[in-house]
Amino acid sequence: MQILDRRLNPRGRSLPNRQRFLRRAKALVQEAVRDASARRDIRDADAGGEVSIPLHGIREPSFHFGSGGIRDHVLPGNKEYREGDEIPRPPEGGGGGGSEGSPDGGGEDAFRFVLSREEFLDLFLDDLELPDLAKRRLVEGADPAWHRAGYSVSGSPANLALARTMRNSLSRRIALRRPKPEAVAELEAAIAELEAAGDAPEALVALRAELERQLRRTQRIPYIDPVDVRYRRFEPVPKPVAQAVMFCLMDVSGSMTEDMKDLAKRFYTLLYIFLQRRYKHVEIVFIRHTHEASEVDEETFFHSRETGGTLVSTALEEMQRVVSERFPPAEWNIYAAQASDGDNASGDSQKTAQLLIDNILPACQYYAYIEVGRDGEHGMPGFPRGPTDLWRTYEALVAAGAPMAMKKVRHRREIFPVFRELFQRRAPGEEARA
Amino acid sequence: MSDAATEDRLLFKGADWDFGTIQRIHDACEEIALGELGLTVYPNRIEVISAEQMLDAYASVGLPLFYRHWSFGKHFAQHEALYRKGLRGLAYEIVINSDPCVSYVMEENTATLQALVIAHAAFGHNHFFRNNRLFLEWTDAKGILDYLEFAKGYVARCEEQHGEMAVERVLDSAHALMNYGVHRHRRRVLDLRSEEQRERDRRQHDEQMYNVLWSTLPEKPMVPPAKGEEERRRALLQLPQENLLYFLEKVAPRLQPWQREILRIVRNIAQYFHPQRQTKMMNEGCATYVHYRILNRLHEQGRISDGALLEALHSHTSVILQPEFDDPRYSGINPYALGFAMMEDIERICRDPTEEDREWFPDFAGCGDPMPVLREAWAEYRDESFILQFLSPRLMRKLRLFHVVDDAAEPVLRVEAVHDERGYRRLRRALARQYDPAWTDPDIQVVDVDLSGDRRLILEHRTHAGRLLEEQEARQVLRHLASLWGYDVLLREVEPASGASLREHAVSPPRT
Repeated sequence: MQILDRRLNPRGRSLPNRQRFLRRAKALVQEAVRDASARRDIRDADAGGEVSIPLHGIREPSFHFGSGGIRDHVLPGNKEYREGDEIPRPPEGGGGGGSEGSPDGGGEDAFRFVLSREEFLDLFLDDLELPDLAKRRLVEGADPAWHRAGYSVSGSPANLALARTMRNSLSRRIALRRPKPEAVAELEAAIAELEAAGDAPEALVALRAELERQLRRTQRIPYIDPVDVRYRRFEPVPKPVAQAVMFCLMDVSGSMTEDMKDLAKRFYTLLYIFLQRRYKHVEIVFIRHTHEASEVDEETFFHSRETGGTLVSTALEEMQRVVSERFPPAEWNIYAAQASDGDNASGDSQKTAQLLIDNILPACQYYAYIEVGRDGEHGMPGFPRGPTDLWRTYEALVAAGAPMAMKKVRHRREIFPVFRELFQRRAPGEEARA
Repeated sequence: MSDAATEDRLLFKGADWDFGTIQRIHDACEEIALGELGLTVYPNRIEVISAEQMLDAYASVGLPLFYRHWSFGKHFAQHEALYRKGLRGLAYEIVINSDPCVSYVMEENTATLQALVIAHAAFGHNHFFRNNRLFLEWTDAKGILDYLEFAKGYVARCEEQHGEMAVERVLDSAHALMNYGVHRHRRRVLDLRSEEQRERDRRQHDEQMYNVLWSTLPEKPMVPPAKGEEERRRALLQLPQENLLYFLEKVAPRLQPWQREILRIVRNIAQYFHPQRQTKMMNEGCATYVHYRILNRLHEQGRISDGALLEALHSHTSVILQPEFDDPRYSGINPYALGFAMMEDIERICRDPTEEDREWFPDFAGCGDPMPVLREAWAEYRDESFILQFLSPRLMRKLRLFHVVDDAAEPVLRVEAVHDERGYRRLRRALARQYDPAWTDPDIQVVDVDLSGDRRLILEHRTHAGRLLEEQEARQVLRHLASLWGYDVLLREVEPASGASLREHAVSPPRT
């Protein structure tokens, strides 16, 4: 008999099979991820978790009997039946004579399983059709910085701490009384002198024995012993982390449709994931506005409807209030993302521009504006639509060199280019180290 | 005997164990299994694995190593989700029909459970694998591990050479036909060890015999087939053929050599599992009976404590629980329950028969020692024939079995037979049929193909009792079949008595 311990075998034997399965069911899983990310909060966007995909897409078919014909069932636990009794047919799918099950068990029509955080994020980003490089930057965490942290007894030769090693060696040699080379030379000189004189054989023998003893000692106690060797030790230290706050501003007046809100939500989610990679702590503030603005929770932000006019400046004022109350710009990195269909009351433009230039933009790291619209809306023949009020306002600001990004978005694949500017803007500084 | 002496005899105390404990348990079980029960087994190899590795093993149909395919990933994901939610526990062990016989035991098991598992798998199942006729004739325990290694390597090489997608397509199609990749009737000596050698030789032969000159010969003009040729060509193709994968491997005109080899691998593995499907109930019954006997004997000898025996019995009884048909937990007849009940019943008939038993089982009623009877049953029968031969009226009464006929044409179900004098034999026959693949699987065969004509492959489903195939899935399987065959495929569902066609499915291969 043999007993083998297999517990230490490499793990993840079925990982290749899992990857094949995910590739195979990619379209379905992606849809499930899309649904799931639409349902969950922005904060949980990259948490991984259970998804459910329709079973028919990944069925392994086999020949088996359909319904109809004559079937026999032998069942245990007879109570009152006698031969020849008739039993009313149980309703479809209900117990009774259920010895036939669907071959992959249960007959459920949905297949549920758990995606890891990486898998989930990968599929989510894939869905946004990000370029690969950007995706990697989002998925990878921050690299740690290496700092000196004392000495260690093991390490690579390149990190040998010479001075420390020699100091250890010296103190050991002193402690163990390793004969110094000068002492040995002295003895040898004395012996040579006596030999030359040739008058004291007894003293000579004693000196020779002493020399012999000293030499043996020298050999036994090495000059540098492995116990002396020290290496410089390095420790990974997370890069200094800071905190960031992300302001989500959105126009929720009647003209914003659910589709537009969904696009906006994707944009916010992506910005959130992006910020999370860079900052240890990210807060989100939701501000919605019609003709007046208020800070709300996420659920209200995306799902409740409001009626009223549109005054963008109210949102900016609200943001300014929140910043001054809770997020002093000296301590927080402030990011703002505004989504709107571009409507603004005429007459408010001047105020909006002034607020941005004087108060908001100086406090922000980054201000992004996306203008959401329906597919094809802008290309309708006979209805040429020029730039919206808000677009014109912001365009003038950008032309004057204000640090903000703006983009029209009609499809989710267009969301990413908004971020490209962000990457480019930061490329010389922070990105260079990544 | 003093307390200290009793303590010394115990194989283990408490729930903890180490490899020394496992060795002692194994040796104690071996003494009883071989000495007292007269079992014969392959040498044992016990491997300790973690829960995650158990999930891995589940995913690849219990085999220790297997080729890669998405469906195993799917099963893994499914089991994992259920396990994590706590909806399903894991098996305590998995055992592989190989020589040496490999049993996987989980590290989480307590010492008592390890004893139970070793008695169950390393002796019960092992004896069954080593002695049952089906396993001896249809599987090659010595070669299976090497063959799996070869299969895994071969499929991986094909993926490198021809691309993952191409290999996946062949495997998908082969898996859809896996149940029709077994020889059921013809006896073939199987030697899996030589399979790898055979594949290498064949390829080498092809390479040596290749001569570019042959490709310059003008093609022969087509000769129209003579009359009466049809019979001859069926005989040549060994038609009708029930092993669809075998037929495709040998005859399909458009397959590459590597694709044929993959079909062969899937077919060989299907064949390896075929006896397990037919003997599930007996195999589990045998193993359960053996662990029950061994553990009770260990307790009699004072080698496991009262507490350990109770723990083992607790697991034992939950394994052999048989809910009644109207219980919400009911999901068919539990093979452990029926198997164990029948083994125990045979023991009772041998030791303490009633008049009825003597009448029904004159051969062995009252013979005293059940082991020779059981050993012979384990060696010579499969589930279907075992029930037909050994299910006693007393057990039918105990389980309160009854037979219901469900005719879709009738508005109500009819109770055909119950556990009484008039019903015993009919009831037993009906139950036996539920374990006979010939009744439970649709009977589908290749009946004809005109290789020199339109090459349409014609299959026949010989229906029984008016039961037709589930149409949607049947079409999907046929699409797989057509993609392997390369030409049109027609499946006819016929009434065997009259030969009348009830339904036809025609499928063309996907255009590439």
